[in-house]
Amino acid sequence: MPRQREGSPFTGLATVALKEAADHMTSARIHLVLLLIFLTAVGAVYAAIGEVTATIGEDQFLFLRLFTTARDPLPSFVAFLGFLLPLVAIALGFDAINGEHNRRTLSRVLAQPIYRDALLAGKFVGGLIVIALCLLTLWLLVTGMGILLTGLPPSGEEVLRGLAFLLASFVYAGVWLAVALVCSTLFRAPATSALAALTLWLILTLFWSMLAPLVAGALAPIDPLDPMTQVHQLELQKAFARISPNVLYGEMTLGLLNPATRSLGLVFTAQLQNALLGAPLPVSQSLMLIWPQLAGMIAALLVLFTIAYVSFQRQEIRA
Amino acid sequence: MSGVIETRGLVKRYGGFTAVDHVDLDVGKGEVFGLLGPNGSGKTTTILLLLGLTEPTEGSVRVNGLDPLRQPLAVKRRVGYLPDQVGFYDNMTARENLSYTARLMGLSGGEAAARIAAALERVRLADVANKRVGAFSRGMRQRLGLAEVIMKQAEIAILDEPTGGLDPQSTQELLEMIGELAGEGMTIVLSSHLLAMVQSVCDRVALFNKGRIGLTGSVADLTSDVLGGTHVVEVEADGVDLAAALAGTDGVTGVTATRTGGWRVDTAADLRPEIARRVVGAGGQLRTMSIRRTTLDEVYVRFFEEEARHAEAA
Repeated sequence: MPRQREGSPFTGLATVALKEAADHMTSARIHLVLLLIFLTAVGAVYAAIGEVTATIGEDQFLFLRLFTTARDPLPSFVAFLGFLLPLVAIALGFDAINGEHNRRTLSRVLAQPIYRDALLAGKFVGGLIVIALCLLTLWLLVTGMGILLTGLPPSGEEVLRGLAFLLASFVYAGVWLAVALVCSTLFRAPATSALAALTLWLILTLFWSMLAPLVAGALAPIDPLDPMTQVHQLELQKAFARISPNVLYGEMTLGLLNPATRSLGLVFTAQLQNALLGAPLPVSQSLMLIWPQLAGMIAALLVLFTIAYVSFQRQEIRA
Repeated sequence: MSGVIETRGLVKRYGGFTAVDHVDLDVGKGEVFGLLGPNGSGKTTTILLLLGLTEPTEGSVRVNGLDPLRQPLAVKRRVGYLPDQVGFYDNMTARENLSYTARLMGLSGGEAAARIAAALERVRLADVANKRVGAFSRGMRQRLGLAEVIMKQAEIAILDEPTGGLDPQSTQELLEMIGELAGEGMTIVLSSHLLAMVQSVCDRVALFNKGRIGLTGSVADLTSDVLGGTHVVEVEADGVDLAAALAGTDGVTGVTATRTGGWRVDTAADLRPEIARRVVGAGGQLRTMSIRRTTLDEVYVRFFEEEARHAEAA
């Protein structure tokens, strides 16, 4: 008897993905979250333009400043995005699988000639489509506002960096969508699943940066007589902090949107000798700088999706 | 018999609990086959095993000669499934719901639209085709589920508790539709805990109890095998011992006193004249006598009572 299953696991994937995307686009829940994110984005960028115009003409990367400049009391556009993108992703995914269970549609859909793979992957892709559309709209909106209010077009390099930033944001949101998908397969009740995902979101975006120094201090105490222990503790702190996708995303946006960034780790004074401080890096070098962060996030996304996949494949589908 | 569905030694265990215990089924082409038994007796699990939606612990399943575990897409293309308390996407209309499943089946747009319209017409939902399913009653959802099976043009339809939770009129309507489908040559497997209600549409039935099949056969065969008779005559009479009076009568398979002056007589045919003659002949006064066909419920209760008694004795 052949051990292999017959037929492609991708049969029906596009159908499921498009249906999910269409569902999200028309659901009130997503409308609310998107409204929130658009309003904050417009607010942050509008405030940033006020700051940026003061130094217009001196700055080579005016359009990138639109994303990163903060004016009290508003945080910058990227800070908003780092905080709110997970919320969008969780809203898209927290009831992906358990919702089908509770509506009693799961067995009916799976009785059609498709594999379970197609349903799970289709839901993931459907969410990603919505995220991609939302990010692209935001980016165009911000760039458009920039052109209108400053009267300057973005340079080629700024567009390139902007696109790389879009990709980074997309992967970041994808990680959180995968988190939501895992929760939706592990917990049967949508409320539990949403709370679990939101708890994780709060811990990783708000409390993780506070936890990192504590953990590093406990694991690698500083010996006042040995300066290397201090370096060791800082490295450990960085490594621990980087478990949070929020930290990785922050580093990526820093590397991409601030071309003067030369390193995301520790830099010693000796290493800065003869360096032209503040001189921008070319795009390729900035990409090299954030490559480990991006690769790490893609890996996290794949691992999370695999967990969701295994747990869904093993699930009994009877209600 | 050309078996469309065949299972051999099918076992499904959840942890220590055995939901399906060595089930052998043979369903022939064009048959209406009933899986009957109380809730929790393994009917739904058996159905999921037939569809390949859950893996058997032991045993094998063949649907149209295909293995639902290894060739699930081929099996699911030929089999329509109406789950217990079928669910639809409430925010979509009836037509949109069917059109989504049609796309999952891989139907092209034009063909799907034609099939959906025909199927909705058949289950009399054409006038609400563009209403959201959220507003549908239980019976309408059930009919929409049947429309999906019709649209699929399935060779085999597996219906899990199709009449569950429906009022008598909707039940009758649904059973009529199922009967029509069977008349067109569709093989139908349906499960129910309402034995008497479905006995009219089933060619053959399997009676489930605690994951096992106790009995398989046509309704008439089962009633005569287990109860010895196909009819029940209720007799009320005074001044006679009916059991003694009927002793040795041809076709009488059992006499049980139900109360003072009342008996239940199991017979193989309509023996009312003979019984009346015996009562009068023994000097009794016949008060009432009524006859009805034996129901599957009686067969079920009698069979599994006896089995339980044997098990206790052993």
